[in-house]
Amino acid sequence: MKEIKIITKNLSLFYGDKQALKNISLEIQDKKVTAFIGPSGCGKSTFLRVLNRMNDLIDNVKIEGEVSVDGVNIYDKNIDVVNLRKNIGMVFQKSNLFPKTIYENIVYGPKINGIKDKKTLDEIVEKTCIQSAIWNEVKDRLNDNALSLSGGQQQRLCIARALAVEPEIILMDEPASALDPISTAKIEELIHDLKQRYTIVIVTHNMQQAARVSDMTAFFYIGELIEFDRTTKIFTNPSIKQTEDYITGRFG
Amino acid sequence: MSEQEKEFYSRSKDSKYGKRIKKFTRTKESLIKFFFAVNGVMALIFIILIFIFLFKEGFKALEHIGLLDFISTNRIGTDGSSQTVYEWYPTSTEPRYSLIPLILGTLLTAIPATLISTLFGVAAGIYLSEIANPKWKEFLKPMIELFAGIPTVVLGFIMLVIGASFFNDLLHPDNRLNAFVASIGLSFVIIPVIASLTEDALHSIPNDLRMASYGLGATKWQTISKVILPAAFSGVSASIILGFGRAIGETMIVLMASGNAANITTNIFLSVRTMTATIAAEMGEVSQGSDHYYSLFFIGIVLFTITFILNLIAELIINKMRKKNTF
Repeated sequence: MKEIKIITKNLSLFYGDKQALKNISLEIQDKKVTAFIGPSGCGKSTFLRVLNRMNDLIDNVKIEGEVSVDGVNIYDKNIDVVNLRKNIGMVFQKSNLFPKTIYENIVYGPKINGIKDKKTLDEIVEKTCIQSAIWNEVKDRLNDNALSLSGGQQQRLCIARALAVEPEIILMDEPASALDPISTAKIEELIHDLKQRYTIVIVTHNMQQAARVSDMTAFFYIGELIEFDRTTKIFTNPSIKQTEDYITGRFG
Repeated sequence: MSEQEKEFYSRSKDSKYGKRIKKFTRTKESLIKFFFAVNGVMALIFIILIFIFLFKEGFKALEHIGLLDFISTNRIGTDGSSQTVYEWYPTSTEPRYSLIPLILGTLLTAIPATLISTLFGVAAGIYLSEIANPKWKEFLKPMIELFAGIPTVVLGFIMLVIGASFFNDLLHPDNRLNAFVASIGLSFVIIPVIASLTEDALHSIPNDLRMASYGLGATKWQTISKVILPAAFSGVSASIILGFGRAIGETMIVLMASGNAANITTNIFLSVRTMTATIAAEMGEVSQGSDHYYSLFFIGIVLFTITFILNLIAELIINKMRKKNTF
């Protein structure tokens, strides 16, 4: 039984005159990991940012088509973008922790949502740190500057921070691309754990990573969705030649 | 040395790698280097010489007048009673050299001016960096910076003629020219300084942090107040401190708009006299080598020391913040 979380229909995106995404229609399943792969500049990150309307922050962006999350068109003009982003967490390529303490970083989201009770906040910190597998490393140093952590720890803390606002969907934009293999493995393990509870969409350059962590894989090329299928199918028996060429390393 | 080596080294004369640099070229290079080095060091030497001169002349005042006389003077009244006064009357037959009214005058104009300018300047900086659309900002920022370049004598004149009358009708102050009018005039100079530097500080905050905040569902205002401003804290405070320094050192506006009466007061609607205005107004008419002359240099030292200490304190605060790196 498959439950659909996000649907896009004929989605096109323009940066000024340049079309970055062409007529993309796809369905993202609930509580599954969906990976977007493709060469640089193929629009996979842009498409990811469509899903939580992060592109709104860039000038000159025009979007056509429809994006529905849980049956609601999120590009409807009456949609509260701030509330939308609370429910769709995002983890970026480069860890972008605030220059504050570890504790302050995690409670930033809950606090702006109006949670003031110290005990509740403490619980959120512990819960999200355990979920993002960083609790043992930070529990004794919650009041240290977050930027004193290692790169891999920072990225897991970013995930903890995203979990703290209790989203249902987590978007990850190449979350491990700047990390060493051990930290990458930890992140991937974490993604495995998180998919029990969250719908995860991950953009990655690393095809092995996509093969390891995802259930579904979408291959993008120059703004178009070339193929979208089960990961096992994409990586063993793709139905389109371009996909096969890419995953076997013939280009890209 | 083996035959082979000898042969190898003998080649050096006609090899294209072994060409000697011409003496002329070498001299030219070192002359150019020297020229720029002299110019670079010259600026520093001039400043040092100015300080030496200032302190040399200023400390003579201590020999002639004495440190305590710069704070208060004991006056013997007509009835023989002694009275401690804090007055600046250097040209009286019984000269009094208290700097207290001048220091108070400086603070009473500079502090309100800095407060007003912080309010408007930081707001303008936030608007430029975070809210204004890029095209509008491209036009607005140079305009604001241009404003800082208006000759202060023009601003002083405007405050003297128009500003003072306007506030006189509006607020009915005790004196038409007063500390308040002067601090408004000062604000015109300091707001652009603070606005421009605040914009720079905010602009230097990486976009990643804004994205992180919006991604967590923060509004624009929450992002500015909880992430951007705290992260730019040291830059913004540096801009305010620089503004304050400018307010203390500014001369023409306070000379023209503050009324120049050396009152001891905390009433912002009374005339005051600042240290800078005193030097500017009196230095031209003082007889060189007199006690009065040296005392003006002493004011210069005080002025210098105050700004120096202020900057030092600010620097320490900023450094402490930076070390903790938690805002």
